Amino acid sequence: MHELSIAHNVVEIASHAANEAGINRIQAVHLKLGALSGVEKDSLLFCYEIAAEGTRLQGSRLEIDEIPVAIYCPHCDDILPLPGVQALCCPRCGTSSADIRQGYELEVISLEYESSDEPELSL
Amino acid sequence: MQPRLLEIRKGVLDKNDQLARRLRDRFSSAHTLAINLVSSPGSGKTLLLEKTLASLRSTGYRAAALVGDLQTDNDAKRLAASGVPVRQITTAGNCHLEAQMIEDHLEGWTLNDLDFLFIENVGNLVCPSSYDLGEHLRVVILSVTEGEDKPLKYPPIFHSSDLAIITKIDLAEAVEFNRAAALANIRAVRPEMPILEVSAKTGVGMAEWLRFLLVQRAAALMAIEN
Repeated sequence: MHELSIAHNVVEIASHAANEAGINRIQAVHLKLGALSGVEKDSLLFCYEIAAEGTRLQGSRLEIDEIPVAIYCPHCDDILPLPGVQALCCPRCGTSSADIRQGYELEVISLEYESSDEPELSL
Repeated sequence: MQPRLLEIRKGVLDKNDQLARRLRDRFSSAHTLAINLVSSPGSGKTLLLEKTLASLRSTGYRAAALVGDLQTDNDAKRLAASGVPVRQITTAGNCHLEAQMIEDHLEGWTLNDLDFLFIENVGNLVCPSSYDLGEHLRVVILSVTEGEDKPLKYPPIFHSSDLAIITKIDLAEAVEFNRAAALANIRAVRPEMPILEVSAKTGVGMAEWLRFLLVQRAAALMAIEN
């Protein structure tokens, strides 16, 4: 299970960003998770709590935005999201395609914090 | 109080990916083709690698191997018998290799003296898929004893690979291996994936595999020149 080391990375990235911006009370970390990232959502949520313990992120939520795979179908000339990852073929016409346009995401998008806790603007 | 957002937009594995890119550049400039072998435990990875290293050596190519395992150096000892440089990476419980472990274990080796570097990943079809090790080629290995639906159960690892090798084909009949289903499942998660069928034990398919490696190395060298 590599979700624990992934969770540690998330905590490290978020703590570093919060530190730079002078934010203390983080409510949530928003993460994009692609269906082909190789990371399992429930395991990551479980591991996040453990990884956040004893850091400034303790008690914060991990909000995961799951991104489906989307492929470019040369036949339909369109980018289409797929219902799963088991068959990389166009959901409209069935043409198989390895031209993946989304689904690899594993990215910390933003931090959610209380507005009373304004970041210190560095000029 | 309204919650506010601070935008970050940073890849969780950026550090690993940046190091992997640097490693790939090092391999390329040394004309070393790096191959990351991934599979579940017991797929016959080590035997395949043993035979591959011996064949490359006997045809005058210089190869080396890094071998990842949770515990023990049994595989490294086995592979060292083929006479090529081999190093064990013991991950002490970690389920996959990371780029940093590769860099740490290259110390003291002169990449310019190597035509091929094989990295035998930890036996695991889940976690290694997320970690770029700086390889040029990722090869996923599936044995006929494992069941034809493995690609559907573990799509990311099959999807992220450049070649699939079906091993132990000498046992295909005995285990009633459904070849057509296996090929269809691999190509469902990775359309147009090249697939080789090999028995490291009997030698069937080994020539095609070695040819594939040589062609890939030649192509990588061409790409560097241009």
